[in-house]
Order: sequence, then structure tokens, then C-alpha cells
Amino acid sequence: MTSSLHKLVWPFAALCVLLIFNAFANPSFYSLEFIDGSWSGLLVVVIERASIVLLLSLGMTLVIATAGVDLSVGAVMAVAGSLAAVLLTEYEVPLVPTLLITLATCTLAGAWNGFLVSIIGIQPIVATLILMVAGRGIAQLLTDGNPVSVKDYDGFLFIGSGTFLGIPFTIIIAIAVAVLTAIVVRCTAIGLFIESVGGNETASRYAGLSVRLVRFFVYAFTGLCAGIAGIIYTSDITRAEANNAGLYLELDAILAVVIGGTALSGGRFSLAGSIIGALIIQTLTTTIIITQINGQNIPSEYNLVVKAIVVLVVCLLQSEALRRMITGKGVDG
Amino acid sequence: MRLPQIKHPTIVATAIVFSLLYAIAAIRYNGFFSPIQTTSLFSDNAALGLAAIGMTFVILSGGIDLSVGAVIALASIFLGKCIVQWEWPAYLAIPLVLASGAAFGTVMGTIIRLFRLPPFLVTLAGMFLARGLALVLTKEKRLSIRGDDSFDWLVDFTVGFGRFEFNLPAVVFMAAMVAAVIVAHWTRFGRNVYAIGGNEQSAVLMGLPVGKTTVQIYALSGLCAATGGVIYAIGAESGDASVAQLLELDAIAAVVIGGTLLSGGVGYVAGTLLGVLILGIITVIPAFEEAVKLNSWWTKIAIGILLLAFIVLQRLLQRQKR
Repeated sequence: MTSSLHKLVWPFAALCVLLIFNAFANPSFYSLEFIDGSWSGLLVVVIERASIVLLLSLGMTLVIATAGVDLSVGAVMAVAGSLAAVLLTEYEVPLVPTLLITLATCTLAGAWNGFLVSIIGIQPIVATLILMVAGRGIAQLLTDGNPVSVKDYDGFLFIGSGTFLGIPFTIIIAIAVAVLTAIVVRCTAIGLFIESVGGNETASRYAGLSVRLVRFFVYAFTGLCAGIAGIIYTSDITRAEANNAGLYLELDAILAVVIGGTALSGGRFSLAGSIIGALIIQTLTTTIIITQINGQNIPSEYNLVVKAIVVLVVCLLQSEALRRMITGKGVDG
Repeated sequence: MRLPQIKHPTIVATAIVFSLLYAIAAIRYNGFFSPIQTTSLFSDNAALGLAAIGMTFVILSGGIDLSVGAVIALASIFLGKCIVQWEWPAYLAIPLVLASGAAFGTVMGTIIRLFRLPPFLVTLAGMFLARGLALVLTKEKRLSIRGDDSFDWLVDFTVGFGRFEFNLPAVVFMAAMVAAVIVAHWTRFGRNVYAIGGNEQSAVLMGLPVGKTTVQIYALSGLCAATGGVIYAIGAESGDASVAQLLELDAIAAVVIGGTLLSGGVGYVAGTLLGVLILGIITVIPAFEEAVKLNSWWTKIAIGILLLAFIVLQRLLQRQKR
């Protein structure tokens, strides 16, 4: 336990630095108001925006822990949004069946990835690349290439913009999924299985573990998470956009996981780290947007440059080779 | 462990798919076989082709480069900046842009090698950085390039073979392809790339310069992508910071469809040419198909299905040989 806590120190410190920076540079960051029965303020907005990447990163953490990666989550988000919108508007399916069908489809999409990776034995990057390319095409096919508005469906809109006990419903969903995931993974042996598959596949197989089943499960679960994220996104912007929904979010999700201290090579993982990672990414984005230098906003173009530097610094912090270089033990080869 | 024989079947399959696709398209659509359509198949896909050539070397060595699309955008913007804003002549600006692309790749390769970091993450950072720099360099996101004689000359440049007129992007693409085949199969660098991708530890034990070659591979990929950017700028007569979004995926797809194994060590550069042309044909088919309403999203689904077919085929062949 102590070692996993120790790993969280760096990401947590990074988040704190960002938050402290905002306390001095942007006092408005912390202003919270209770309006119309719900909390509002930048801090709430940051957490709400981070929810989507957070949801994606939960599944992604487990996939990466098995030494895999899932590039298709953004495309699956687009499929989820398009499918839900089409079911609601065109086929006039009630809300609950719509959500269930959508989530089942996305789980199936994830299971497809799992099938390719675990049964056929294709490298995760390539296996999920297929759905990443084709998925967006399928999403466009569903909506005929046009945005589908869901403005008139209050129940559906509640998911992305409603509040419950004064807290945006999106945040509640994200927390609920995160807690459920943590319980399933940490209170049962599943988490151990995942870490063991990522740590040493051969040893796991000799220990009698069904490596295939574990792999299959994590990809299906990631599909489900992407489905939830897609529904939230579509509800939030009140229309299904097959072209833009989830675009590049697979990269943000992978980033959140890596920032959170889970190595791409698999093995030990930290859900809490990934959650902090997702919060760091969103806090950083918001901070860049609102920070003023000499009374002028930083141009939004610098957002990507800063992100690049953050990715690099995080990678370097985790580099074994760099650590050995600094401690003077030298690198082999 | 990988025997050289298993390379052949996939590239044969690629060639069959290409011939079938081309034959069907040529029979079905009037004008598909025309000289204009044939040459534009090369010129329209030149930037993608260049990026895919670099990507082939990266993937052959067992790595991946996610930054190529962003580097294309950055190179086109940088070239525009040099020519329009700083009034450099094109014959000075283009070598500078190409050198910068190679330098960009060199830095990524050095970081990957020196700190033993996953190529996926380092080139992801490279992608953010290149796209970000492209946006920072130009506020308007698009930069029209004109007013330089040597640049205009490049834009108007064509080589004719009978009724086939190839413009500069097509010529550069084909020349780069020939050069890449020679480099991959008849130089020490090419053999090192295959050796590293086949088994890095063996390559180290054989005394091959693994570190140097790794850096060179990413430098080559950066150079190829920058060339793609210059070619794009010449074809469009402008620089564009938002061009080539997700092009890295198409490049990877072209390499995979071309028969190169993503685990490295096995594949042909020439296969990538077929891969690029297959993608090119699939992309233009919706424009010809009028009777059935064939939309552009079918392109993506078709590419996905092709990818799947080739990957499963490769997998089966690999299993058979074991």
C-alpha cells in the first residue's frame, strides 16, 4: 500500500502546483456560488469537463495495466452519441431502453477489440486502430453525416446538464463509475489478475489464470466506459456530432493514465492516479485559457505546446534510464 | 525467429487487392483509367505517401511515429512563413524546412533512445508540439504562398510521359519511393533497421549501432514528413496549420495494408506504395459513384475492413510458420 501511495506523490504534487498557481494568478478560479439550487464556478466546470476523460481513463487504466492500449475510445464515444441520438429521435425509443441499447452496443464494440487482442492475438495498437478508423465511419453512417439534435429530450439532456443535490449530474456519474470500478477491481481478485497479466503473461498462464478472459474483460469494460462518456458528451452539447465527438480524446485518456503513474508496459496500475491525471489535464487546459499575462490572455494556440511539454516532463520523470543517469550508475547499451 | 519466406504472401495479397480494386474501378467508372486520374492518384496522395515511407522505416524497426501529420502541417506553415513573411527564396527556404523536419525527428529519436521511453508517448508529445507550433506561427491558420519566382516555378513544374503529366508532388513521391526501396534493401542502414525490428537484443549483440540507427530512423521519418509538408504547400499553394489531421493513422494503415508487420522486422517499402494507392483509390471511389449514394464515411469503414483483413491474414501466416 505504501508503495502505491508513494507513486501518487508526483501526480498529486503536480495538481497541487497548478491549484496553488491558480490561487495567486486567477482568484476567480475558486469562486463558488450556489445559484438556482446548484453549485457553479470554475472549479465545478473543471471537474465537470474532466469527467469525460476521467471515465475514459478508468477503462484505459485497466487496458494499459494488461500491457495493452485502446485507441478506439474516441470513435466509440462518437458511435454512442450517434446511436443514442438516432434511437431517440428517429425510432422514438424511450430513454431507458435507448441508454441500455447504446451501452450494450459500446460494450460489444469493446468486446470486439478484446476478441481481436485476446483470441486472434493481434497487437493492441493495431487491433484497436481498426475500430478507431471504422468506428467514426459507422457513427457517420448512423447519422447520415449530419449532426442530430436531441434538444427536445429533457430526460436525455439531464445526463449532461442536470444537477442532483446541487452537483452536476455528470460529476455524480463519473464518481459513481469510478467508485464501482475501484470496488470491483480492488475488492475482488480481478485487479490482481489484471496486474499479473500485465506483469508477466507467461507466468500468469502457468499459474492457471485465463489470460484471454482477463484481456477480453478489460477491453469490453473500456467500451462500456467510452459509451457512458459518449452519452454524456452528446447530452452536454445537445447534439450528436459523429465527426468531432471524442476526437483525440483517446490520447488524452492515455495521457491521464500515464501521468497517473501507470506505465505503458503494464503491470501495477493506479485508478486514483488516473483520476488525478484527468484532473491535471483539464485544470491545465482551463488554467491556460484563463491566465492573463500583462492583462492579456495567453493565446489558445499555446495550449498544445504546453501540453507537449507536460507530456515530455511526465515521461522523463518516469524514465528509469534518466534516474540511473542522475544517480551516476550508467545505462547499459 | 521470423523466416524471410513469410514476408511474401502478404505483399502478394496486397498486390492482388490493388489490382482487383483498380480493375473494378477502371471498368466501372468512365474516366478512372484516364491519364489525369492516374497522375492525380499520385499527386493527391503525395503527402500521405511521403509520411508513409518514413513510417515504414519506423514500423520496420518496431517503433511508431504519431507526429507525422502535425509535422506536415508545421512544415507547410514554416515554408509559408519563410517565403511570405521573411521573403526568402524557395530554393533557400525548402532546404531549411527539410532540415528542421529532420532535426525535429532527431530530437524525438534521441529522447526515445537516451531515456528509453516508449515511442508512442514521445511522438505523441511531438505531435502536440508540432501542431501547437504550427498554430502559434500563424494566427490565421492558413497562409497563402505567392510572390516568389522559384516557388511559382515549382508549382508549375510538370514532367510529361506522352499523355501523362506528372506535377512536382507526384514526381517527388515517386522519386522518394525509389530512393526508399534502395535505402531499405541495399544499404547498411536499411539492413540495420530490419535487424533492430527483428530482434533488438540480437542486433545489439551483433554489434550493430542500434542507438545511432534508432535516432536516424526518426530523423528520416521527420525528413519525410517535412517533405510531405513542402509538397502539400506546393500543391495547395498555401500553408495550413490544421491540415493532415489524423494523417498518421492513414499512414500507419497504408503501411499495414502494404504488408509490413507492426511488430517490426518484416515488410517491404514497395508494399507501402501499394497501400497508399489502395487508400487513394478507396478515397476517390465515392466521387465516381453517382448511382448509389455512396458517402465518404463508407471510405473509413472500407479502410477499417481492409485493415482487419490484412492484419488477420498476417496473423494466420505467422501462426502457420511457427
